[in-house]
Amino acid sequence: MPAPEPDSPNLDSVFVEQPAVEIVGLVKRYGDVLALDGVSFAVPTGNVVALLGPNGAGKTTAVEVCEGFRGPDSGIVRVLGLDPRRDARALRPRVGVMLQGGGAYPAARCAEMLRLVASFARHPHDPPALLAALGLGSVAGTPVKRLSGGQRQRLSLAMAIVGRPELVFLDEPTAGLDPAARHATWAVVEGLRRDGATVVLTTHFMDEAERLADSVVVLDHGKVVAAGSPSELTRAGMAGQVSFRAPAGLDLATLAGALPAGALASEPTPGHYLVESPVDPDLLAALTGWCARQNVLAEDLQVQRRSLEDVFLELTGRELRS
Amino acid sequence: MTGQPAGGVDFPDLTPDPGAGPLPRMLLAQAAIELRLALRQGEQVLLTLIIPVLLTLLLVLGSLVETDGSSRADYFLPGILALAVVSSSFTGLAIATAFERKYGVLKRLGATAMPRSVLLGGKTLAVLGIEAVQLFVLGALGLLLGWEPRAVLGAVVLVLLGTAAFAALGLLLAGTLRAEATLAAANLIWFLLLLGGGLLLPLSRLSDSAAAVLQFLPSAALADGLRAVFQAGAGLPVRPALILLAWSVVGFAAAVRWFRWE
Repeated sequence: MPAPEPDSPNLDSVFVEQPAVEIVGLVKRYGDVLALDGVSFAVPTGNVVALLGPNGAGKTTAVEVCEGFRGPDSGIVRVLGLDPRRDARALRPRVGVMLQGGGAYPAARCAEMLRLVASFARHPHDPPALLAALGLGSVAGTPVKRLSGGQRQRLSLAMAIVGRPELVFLDEPTAGLDPAARHATWAVVEGLRRDGATVVLTTHFMDEAERLADSVVVLDHGKVVAAGSPSELTRAGMAGQVSFRAPAGLDLATLAGALPAGALASEPTPGHYLVESPVDPDLLAALTGWCARQNVLAEDLQVQRRSLEDVFLELTGRELRS
Repeated sequence: MTGQPAGGVDFPDLTPDPGAGPLPRMLLAQAAIELRLALRQGEQVLLTLIIPVLLTLLLVLGSLVETDGSSRADYFLPGILALAVVSSSFTGLAIATAFERKYGVLKRLGATAMPRSVLLGGKTLAVLGIEAVQLFVLGALGLLLGWEPRAVLGAVVLVLLGTAAFAALGLLLAGTLRAEATLAAANLIWFLLLLGGGLLLPLSRLSDSAAAVLQFLPSAALADGLRAVFQAGAGLPVRPALILLAWSVVGFAAAVRWFRWE
């Protein structure tokens, strides 16, 4: 898959291409436990997709089926148009993988391990340069077992991308990282996206999904409970709200007429107004435009927009991280 | 990597350019790291080199065990070389592989472009490399102590066959048991073979009924074969070679059938 030219916009909207990952009705059981219960989603080429959910939601299982480590009990899984297990030999050179737990030889030195994985690729990145870019230059000679958890995570990330893959699976790439290391990891994901690679990552950090992902697939108990772009998810369903103070007794009917369809306007107590609606720039423009026409100054204007965290709580009735 | 920041994201160029490297390069890289890790690990070196060297000195220079009248070096060296092969190709390989499985190394390497056959080939080359070091060190020590091998060529074939048989059994152990259980079992089996498997002493020193059964052990076949070559100048002892071949075939079939990568 050629990368888009630096000066061209995202070509995905122009060319209809096969998605990098396509999953339809995926079911996976471990004994009596239904890990994945009819999961479907697609990852367009060049996108970053986050699988979001609490521990045990099925994120890792979904990724490991895509990586060919596990076969589906039923359903269809296509990765780069191929079958992850039957076509593993053809897929492995094209796909970069970051496993939970890393999988480096504990006794190998950091740089030695990355050189090993680099030697399996045709045109790998220069291992020392990659280590330096990830802030691991100073521990290049340190055995893996003596690296900190965050350093090991970054080595594992380096191992995933050193072969210049076109599709990268990152399983909890920022779990246990300090803020600096998290930002280094985000820079890699953003760099992969910028340069045309496709990324599938799992996370239970909302801010990570909102910041990095073109679309988010929310998993809970092995099912997709919501999917869409972060802004679609935070807009969809139940509304956010805007509240403000103004002179009592304004005409709510004209207010409702000025706002986007579906917005509810009310005056719960005299002089306190509430607008319930998906919150976006149009809503605020309509609201303040109406105020201007009424020659009313809205004071204490407060916008409450849902975060993905709220969405998740609404969908599943529980916190992402317990 | 150009180091050019672009688009406000300051990470070097990550433009995809995927593809597998050449297989010979993969094989050499894998063999090299396996070999370096084995030689770097104290327990492995103890098992593969230090114990065989100490046993050589103890048995040849001491008078702990009586021999049949031939020189002590000629009497003990074949068994010690067979022990060295068991140490590296069975016990060392089994323990290392079991912990690689436990720590997810095998799984991780399985997700790279390196085919599993190349991973196994790399392990095999690394074991052969360790054996080359062992045979050099123990052979030189033996010659210094008066060892006079009558022939060599058949021994090379026996060592290769023995390596195949014991590596298959070691991988079978590592791929089916937990790492800790493999550690215990591989050491215990090593010790039992040392004493009762024809390594330290020829089976002829045991009772006839015991020897009739134990002669089919791969350790006994390897040691007996090496004794026939080094002590009597045999070409290629057929019976021991066939026994080792049979263990290799059965061992690899079982390992392929039951080995679990994670």
